[in-house]
Amino acid sequence: MTNSNDERRVISVVVMNESSVLARITALFAGRGYNIESLTVAPIPYTDMSHITIETRGNARVMEQITKQLHKLIPVYKVIEHEEMVEKEMVLVKFPIAENLSDIAALASAYNGGIVNVGKEMVVAQVADEPKRVKHFIEAAERYNPCEIVRGGVVAIER
Amino acid sequence: MQMSGAQMVCEAIIAEGVKTVFGYPGGAIMHVYDEIYKQNGFEHILTRHEQAAVHAADGYARATGEVGVAMVTSGPGFTNAVTGLATAYMDSIPMVVISGQVPLSLIGTDGFQEIDAVGISRPCTKHNFLVRSLEELPRILKEAFYLARSGRPGPILVDIPKDITVEIGEFKYPDSVHIPSYKPTYKGNNRQIEKAVEAIKKAKKPLLYIGGGVVLSNAYKLVRELAEKTQIPAVETLMARGVMGAKNPLLLGMLGMHGNYASNMAMSETDLVISLGARFDDRVTGKLSEFAKYADIIHVDIDPANIAKLVDVDYPIVGDVAQVVQKMLPMLDDVNTDRYQAWREILKRYDELHPQSYVDSDEVIKPQWAIERLGELVGEQAIITSDVGQHQMWAAQHYPFDRPRQWINSGGLGTMGFGLPAAIGAKRAHPEKTVINITGDGSILMNVQELVTAAEYKIPVINVILNNHFLGMVRQWQTFFYDKRYSETDLSYQPNWKQLVEACGGIGYDVTTKEEFDAALQDAIEQDKVCFMNVAVNRFENVLPMVPAGGALFNMMLPPKIEKEGEK
Ligand SMILES: Cc1ncc(C[n+]2csc(CCOP(=O)(O)OP(=O)(O)O)c2C)c(N)n1
Ligand SMILES: [Mg+2]
Repeated sequence: MTNSNDERRVISVVVMNESSVLARITALFAGRGYNIESLTVAPIPYTDMSHITIETRGNARVMEQITKQLHKLIPVYKVIEHEEMVEKEMVLVKFPIAENLSDIAALASAYNGGIVNVGKEMVVAQVADEPKRVKHFIEAAERYNPCEIVRGGVVAIER
Repeated sequence: MQMSGAQMVCEAIIAEGVKTVFGYPGGAIMHVYDEIYKQNGFEHILTRHEQAAVHAADGYARATGEVGVAMVTSGPGFTNAVTGLATAYMDSIPMVVISGQVPLSLIGTDGFQEIDAVGISRPCTKHNFLVRSLEELPRILKEAFYLARSGRPGPILVDIPKDITVEIGEFKYPDSVHIPSYKPTYKGNNRQIEKAVEAIKKAKKPLLYIGGGVVLSNAYKLVRELAEKTQIPAVETLMARGVMGAKNPLLLGMLGMHGNYASNMAMSETDLVISLGARFDDRVTGKLSEFAKYADIIHVDIDPANIAKLVDVDYPIVGDVAQVVQKMLPMLDDVNTDRYQAWREILKRYDELHPQSYVDSDEVIKPQWAIERLGELVGEQAIITSDVGQHQMWAAQHYPFDRPRQWINSGGLGTMGFGLPAAIGAKRAHPEKTVINITGDGSILMNVQELVTAAEYKIPVINVILNNHFLGMVRQWQTFFYDKRYSETDLSYQPNWKQLVEACGGIGYDVTTKEEFDAALQDAIEQDKVCFMNVAVNRFENVLPMVPAGGALFNMMLPPKIEKEGEK
């Protein structure tokens, strides 16, 4: 259900901590044909609420519906369709030890990261940056034969 | 007070003032049934199928405006109830369904009669709960009733593991609920309401578009007053029949796929749609790009997600229809009703050009005649339920509905098998009223076992079967759009209706003439027993007007014109 008018959007959803609240949200997206590109969830410290960040695509009408339908779910406390935000994403990449480690370290540090673990056969680099830059990092890392890439999904906060 | 979870369920039902519960027992819910046996705060009606229990609770809720309650066991008991939940969900009916679940320790193990009830019912309930401890049970029950009836109403499922119904704990039913994430908007923004009123005063061809929300919010008197005061003509959706009252000169009729000519033309030509509790369903709008093409739109709805979902709205007002219209009325004291005079006359001419009509016959009963005759014979004092198909549309078109909650049907989901159990629920709520289920020879068989329930509990509902020996509505589409290939719609093979109903403890009438129709109805009302009036009607009759699916509202297939005397 994607088309050319679709725009990338990031939505934050503040929910009451309940066992099935995440299922309600993902079922809503699946049932109404909305896309989820990435999703992160974690409890909000010192409250009984959690913060869910959803990266999605859609035209203006779809976005309005997503926001309203989310709001309709009983445990949903607040829905923020981000306009002016700071957004970050984390990625972990595993490389064979035989690759050029100093190149990898330099590359990672150019993207606000570094090597975080060195094992017998593998090294792990970590980067936390804007999603667009994380994408660039992954493209640049391609030539060092990464064997595993784990992205964390977007988190965002309104400026 | 110390009591078991099962007792808490009964106490909550009593505390909510519920007088009748519909249900069906089984393993996981047996402790609750044991408590039902011991109490006398409410009656329990044993339907013969869980789907029917939920429809009956639904019919009860639609007839009264109160929360309907149904109770089922886990596994197949619950899955049988799903169609009932979905039916209520699509029409925003306040309802609480309580289901048994396997004990907590067995959840997730594929235990006997275990099914993920909250998972299955998530998209067809307003909200649902799996109770995880006895401590939270009273709060959840309280919230369930509150959620069911507040905001945009809807069905709520409470799934209770068996061990929680056995466990003993302290019971205090909460006085109030506290759900920080749930705050429905009732009032309507004053500034928006003022702007909408200004638009009404400036319009030349305004139109009231009335939906089921007006029934749900008990706003019909206010809406009639609004029409009266402004002299703005009105159209009703299928769910809103009865709001304006059939005799109201401002009512044009029902709009949509089977709407009448004047209503659909009004919607096509209006310059201001005043939408009250309607949701622009595709069966109403037809082709969206042609719908109300020349109009600005005022949309009053308690559910913000309904607003601008399908059409762009110029004056969105989130709020309860009753409260919003109440605010509008004094602002319209200086409205100039003459302004809309020319518009009213155009619409009157449209109605004269193509009135809601059919060609009657002396040889065979026409289904439309049967509905009109019912209207003449029982009219205002009856409650009419229906199933789904041609008979439903003829009932909506031809019955003179006089007040809301007089017409009970499954509009959103279109559930065949709804009519009889819903009639049972409605009759239990209003024993003094004649309750008639207008049904088809297909639909009635989809919950026919409920004849037994009606007979046992002496709930005398009259089932008028408009028998065309067809799945008529599907047959009609095959006639128009599938080159008359009648694939699997011929119901020539029929049960013996009289024997069928009599075997269940009711009375049967076979009706083939107009005289027999009158006589059977009169006898049915006097006998006061559940009955079938098996009315043989014209087989190939079509529901007209008809807007083919996806077509523009003004492109209607019209009934043949009846030439009046003096006309050529
Ligand atoms: C449970 C269910 N199954 C299938 C349908 C599709 N359907 C809509 S109308 C209809 C025919 C109904 O036949 P009948 O009850 O005889 O009514 P008639 O149209 O002949 O008046 C069918 C099969 C439905 N609405 N509900
Ligand atoms: Mg039929």
